[in-house]
Amino acid sequence: MALLIMSRCSMWIGIFLLFELLAGGSLFAETVWDSPKAAGRSNNESLHWNPVTSSRQPESKAIQPVWSLEHEDNQTTSTDRLKIFSLDYHHVQVPFEITLWIMLASLAKIGFHLYIKLPSIVPESCLLIIVGLIMGGIIYGVNGRSAPVMSTDVFFLYLLPPIVLDAGYFMPSRPFFENIGTILWYAVVGTMWNVFGIGLSLYGICQIESFGLKDISLLYNLLFGSLIAAVDPVAVLSVFEEIHVNEQLHILVFGESLLNDAVTVVLYKLFKTFCIMPSVGVSDILIGIIKFFLVGFGGLLVGIAYGIIAALTTRFTENIRVIEPLFVFLYSYLSYLTAEMFHFSGIVAIITCSMSMKRYVEANISQKSHTTIKYFMKMWSSVSETLIFIFLGVSTVGDKHEWSWPYVCFTMLFCLVWRAVGVIFLTFIVNKVRVNVVTTKDQFIIAYGGLRGAICFSLVFLLPNFPQKKLFTTATIVVIFFTVFVQGMTIKPLVELLEVKRTSQAPPTVSEQIHIRFLDHLLAGIEDICGHWGQYYWKDRFENFNNKYLNKLFIREQHLSKSSIVVLYQKLEKKHAIELAEAGQLVGAPSLASLPDEETAEVSKSPVPSEQFDNIQELLIRNLYRIRQTMPSYNRHTLPQGKNTNQAKEIFLRRQESLLKDDGVLNIMQRRSICLADESQKKGKLARSLTVGGYGGNKSNSANHSPKLPKSMSVTPQQPHRTEWINEEEPEDLQSSNETDIHQKGEDEDRNNTENKIPGPKLKLRFASQDTLKNGL
Amino acid sequence: MGSRASSLLREEEIEEIKKETGFSHSQITRLYSRFTSLDKGENGTLCREDFQRIPELAINPLGDRIINAFFPESEDQVNFRGFMRTLAHFRPIEDSDKSKDPLVPEPLNSRNNKLLFAFRLYDLDKDDKISREELLQVLRMMVGVNISEEQLGSIADRTIQEADQNGDLTISFTEFQKVLEKVDVEQKMSIRFLH
Repeated sequence: MALLIMSRCSMWIGIFLLFELLAGGSLFAETVWDSPKAAGRSNNESLHWNPVTSSRQPESKAIQPVWSLEHEDNQTTSTDRLKIFSLDYHHVQVPFEITLWIMLASLAKIGFHLYIKLPSIVPESCLLIIVGLIMGGIIYGVNGRSAPVMSTDVFFLYLLPPIVLDAGYFMPSRPFFENIGTILWYAVVGTMWNVFGIGLSLYGICQIESFGLKDISLLYNLLFGSLIAAVDPVAVLSVFEEIHVNEQLHILVFGESLLNDAVTVVLYKLFKTFCIMPSVGVSDILIGIIKFFLVGFGGLLVGIAYGIIAALTTRFTENIRVIEPLFVFLYSYLSYLTAEMFHFSGIVAIITCSMSMKRYVEANISQKSHTTIKYFMKMWSSVSETLIFIFLGVSTVGDKHEWSWPYVCFTMLFCLVWRAVGVIFLTFIVNKVRVNVVTTKDQFIIAYGGLRGAICFSLVFLLPNFPQKKLFTTATIVVIFFTVFVQGMTIKPLVELLEVKRTSQAPPTVSEQIHIRFLDHLLAGIEDICGHWGQYYWKDRFENFNNKYLNKLFIREQHLSKSSIVVLYQKLEKKHAIELAEAGQLVGAPSLASLPDEETAEVSKSPVPSEQFDNIQELLIRNLYRIRQTMPSYNRHTLPQGKNTNQAKEIFLRRQESLLKDDGVLNIMQRRSICLADESQKKGKLARSLTVGGYGGNKSNSANHSPKLPKSMSVTPQQPHRTEWINEEEPEDLQSSNETDIHQKGEDEDRNNTENKIPGPKLKLRFASQDTLKNGL
Repeated sequence: MGSRASSLLREEEIEEIKKETGFSHSQITRLYSRFTSLDKGENGTLCREDFQRIPELAINPLGDRIINAFFPESEDQVNFRGFMRTLAHFRPIEDSDKSKDPLVPEPLNSRNNKLLFAFRLYDLDKDDKISREELLQVLRMMVGVNISEEQLGSIADRTIQEADQNGDLTISFTEFQKVLEKVDVEQKMSIRFLH
């Protein structure tokens, strides 16, 4: 306990020192820049840093370079002698400060997570903004003016792309495409509704004499509306992590926040241009509408183009595995920059690029590159997000504000109102065509979860200088803070409140728990049998096209036919084969106990005591297998689906064991287990057919079945998050070479059967080498 | 793909299946294309291996039992009719299904029939009772490895105690229904994406 306190204290002291360093550092840098004034000041400062340098202050503008002895005669020191120790901050200033900022951000994050309860009450974004505010306050206080840390360029070119890339790459594609209509509906129509609603109503407010805002024209109000209406993906993501909503809802809000960028970009630029133009004609409005489509589709095309090139590139990276992750990042970033260059929507481009290249790239690259990509992406996006929020706080402090009660308050009010009305109205329309309706509770969360964030802030900074800019800045900041703090902090309790109202008060009994879980598994299984994708005609067509042409084009030859489940199958079977061969015989698995007449214990007559009941509840909650994932798999802080690996492996192994065991003891036990007789017989056949390419003595019927099995399984599309777990766990001791890398085979229709016959013999060969091991069986 | 599917499924068959199961025309064609895509042997029936090729079933704790539920007694092949008949249990309940006429047999997707389907997955020996053993088997399939046998045993005991009303230490179908009366079975046992 004392150790914990000590460690926490030391951490906070470290952070505090960092504050000082940054504040002092930037001040120091400032003094170096503003040379004439600073000469005097720097004297005092350098005393702070280093006694040696102070001795040569009087003439030098810049600090003497450390190791150059010969040149810089004009900036003479009093001597030309060798310096034992000197400081050259200017030389390293920029990278040094950047690193310090990032360090500060990361340490702050550690600090928050030390207090376990804290992130669940206050979302991280709020805490980071507070840290930024403190930093900004310190810098402002020390410096007299706010630190120019976040320019819009820095934000849009460096900080935003990693976050969007991370979002796009790990986007669960099945729910995304299933809901794409609704998402686009919300993103496009909803945003436009918000923009015009807020803009027009603010204009109406401005008309009221008593507020003194008459000088803000309609166009300016619309411009303001366009930048404040956009829901921000960064803020949404960071808040929605804390609240666990169902997958569909998550993808709706998330997708909307990503895709409304296109609309925002168009409207913002449009209104900005209109504000500058002397007059606006109908043709200009038409051009605006055309531009809207252009921006969206342009971004899409750019993204797809780069995705294709990336996929092609990775086809040939077989011999230089180490730079494979680089391609993913390079191409995505290029797509973003290219789109921005043409004034298309960079966010749409980068999302499209990452989604389109993902499938093929992951088929081609090695396992380690795959892991590297994931970790790097998470790291970068984490750092970016943290920096954004801190800078948001820092940039707030300053003298760029102008407060106007009515404007600010009405802005906030209208943002809330229009969003709520918009969501209700749009949902009403869209529910008529949707299968899974968006419930009222969902609507509330969508409306309430419309957080504004750093994008609005940057757009406000990008505005040309006009008289009301300061007012707009203030209003934007207030709205952002309100949404992030108030809405961010209260959304979780509100969600829970809504939940509580719906569920019954009594805790579920043990039976209910078990049976409900049973039904969930059952439903998941039936749905998997029915197949999810098949209901979309275009998706099926695309899959066919993909399998016929695209896979051949983009994916390296020998990787074509494997799906991750198949590979896992093979691995586990190989492992099993090795184990069995070593053990020499079939060892009775614990599942022997499943035979009914082994157990003769009776049901205990006495009621189970209540403390045991609680234990049971706990046990069950902890140990019941989770059903197929319906929670969002996208998570900012962790890689997707790390946890269910064990579960799936356990189920898998146990099943294999029980199958093989039943098969092995088939003849002996057949008489004894009446009720399982049918089961085990069927299972025996299962075991035979499941074995791939020969497995000990059970080869009889498998010959004609086995070639079919490893190839195109009728895989229902494996969502990236589900098969992640297989990729994570590849054992290093696998006999097959590194080339049999597991990849994710997305959707694999069975019409491939003919095309995939070629890899078949290869698979068999690999097992053939193991036959020598199995001969013992 | 579309043409191939419909050429093998005749209109009158669709009508019959429609009458028997209550699925709509488009749903039946859609499920038929799924059926054919699962059917590797292309002989119009599915065997167990075809089901096992679905990878998600491999990691579903109840995977084998679900597969077995499709196959009628002691058969190894299921045709499309049988496939649809089993899936019909999971059709979402619509208002048109609820008829008050006691003479008309309940549609396959009524609440009772859904529960009966689930009950049969527990009850392997088909004696219309879930014994402690059968419950233990299911439990074992559904929990992780960190639970000991005795804990499992006590969970099973508790489950039976909660449900058992006539004291025979097994769960009959009526008792099973009673346990789940508060649960929204219609929603929990209905496939969510068919329309």
